[in-house]
Amino acid sequence: MTFVDQLLQFILSGITQGSIYAIVALGFTIIYNSTEIINFAQGEFVMLGAMFMLTLNITLGLPLPVAFILSVIAVMIIGVLIDIIVISPIKKPTQLSLIIITIGASIFVKGVAMFVWKKDYHAATPFSGEVPISIGPAAITPQALWVIGITGTVLIFLHIFFEYTNTGKGMRACAINPRAASLLGIKVKRMVLISFGLAGALGAIAGIIIAPITFANYNMGLMLGLKGFCGAVIGGLGSVPGAIVGGFALGILESLGAGLISSAYKDAIAFVVLLLVLFMKPTGILGKSESKRV
Amino acid sequence: MTFLLKIRNLSTQYGKIRALDGISMHIWEGEIVSLIGANGAGKSTFLNSISGVVDISSGNISFNGQDISRKRPEEIVSLGISQVPEGRQIFDSFSVIDNIMLGAYLRRKRGEKKEIATDLEEVFTIFPILEERKKQSAGTLSGGEQQMLAIARGLMARPKLLMLDEPSLGLAPKIASEIMNVIKRLKERNLTILLVEQNARAALKISDRGYVFETGNVLLQGRGEDLLVDGDVKRAYLGRDYKEFWE
Repeated sequence: MTFVDQLLQFILSGITQGSIYAIVALGFTIIYNSTEIINFAQGEFVMLGAMFMLTLNITLGLPLPVAFILSVIAVMIIGVLIDIIVISPIKKPTQLSLIIITIGASIFVKGVAMFVWKKDYHAATPFSGEVPISIGPAAITPQALWVIGITGTVLIFLHIFFEYTNTGKGMRACAINPRAASLLGIKVKRMVLISFGLAGALGAIAGIIIAPITFANYNMGLMLGLKGFCGAVIGGLGSVPGAIVGGFALGILESLGAGLISSAYKDAIAFVVLLLVLFMKPTGILGKSESKRV
Repeated sequence: MTFLLKIRNLSTQYGKIRALDGISMHIWEGEIVSLIGANGAGKSTFLNSISGVVDISSGNISFNGQDISRKRPEEIVSLGISQVPEGRQIFDSFSVIDNIMLGAYLRRKRGEKKEIATDLEEVFTIFPILEERKKQSAGTLSGGEQQMLAIARGLMARPKLLMLDEPSLGLAPKIASEIMNVIKRLKERNLTILLVEQNARAALKISDRGYVFETGNVLLQGRGEDLLVDGDVKRAYLGRDYKEFWE
């Protein structure tokens, strides 16, 4: 393999990994936009998606598409429940207290998951076999194609939702100016609820499609959640295109770093990139300047 | 003529601070009523109490014969009260048309497609400039155009009562008087208008009646032209005539 071939291979796997980060980052962005909360339970949504999928698909033997949809719905409900039970009852929410609550929720979810699914690593079945497909000199697993394809579909769906539907526009309006939105009759609390549901669904999808590649266990949400958060911040917290760009950039950089330097530094690279971005452009690649957020 | 809005003894508190202290007032159908008063007199709080975005602590608001004191903002919008908030509060990054259509958010949920299309045309006849710029992002509009956009957005809810909070704020005098003209024309379309203004003179000129607020109370009320010449109001809120002022 020549250097260029290698590079192509790294970029391909970077795009795969980046897809996951981008979806997780979008989960952060959607909740941040409607509430200004950084939802640290986002990673747990990813883990829950993977775990539900394993249980439904492998343990219970449900067909893959059915298990997929049920898992996403289950995690969506959990997302909504988190909002109903712990977020919305808070009388005088401050950003910090809400963030700490999401950390608490995350620890709780993880604890329950550990009881239910134990500490073992579980292997999920790839959606369509494991024979790699060659793209020129590089190779890609069918599951990676699924990851990229499903991510693309999700992005298109989200784009349509936020740009062309009444509810989606209402959600964006709430994010920009909750007071003005409520004067137009948009229920801000309802929008927050929807955003938690949506973030849950996104997390679940990420978990389901990545599980056959990385193995799943109760603790997988932590790292994926943090990386997704890095992606969101790198791209500019609160920006939807930013989350996508940030997620993919992180995946590709990580993969290049792991391949060209050493895979031991894989996780460190994400955080080094995060720090560099925060030093040089604290609002992220596509973030608006601080002064605009009042 | 019937009362469109009748408010009895309305009080609103922010924590321990009493922003409104037993306000009573009424608006007849088809009137323009203005609220004037200094900063912090409670004018915006009053509008927000009617809109339901601020919880009232006591008193009673009835609209069209229906008690709306404890209703939620979306119910109040549905019943026909639209507020155009202070500082316009348009959605900068949205296009002009998206901003306008968000005004019809609840009606779109109910599927009133045809009616909305008719209203949109009507809004564009009132504000032709907005039709020209409908694809532009709202943040690129001038201050006056943004105010028109905010009013257009409010109109898209098809209100019976339109409440305008400081529509001339920060606008050049010429643009401000243009806005006042628009408000006068809205009255001709059978809309009832509650106008909050710092620019008391301009507001009272187009108003049927006015209320003067001071620290959460109604200090004075009367017909627009009477308040304009009232000595106390003149001293406290109108300042000297612009002409005198500049010379």
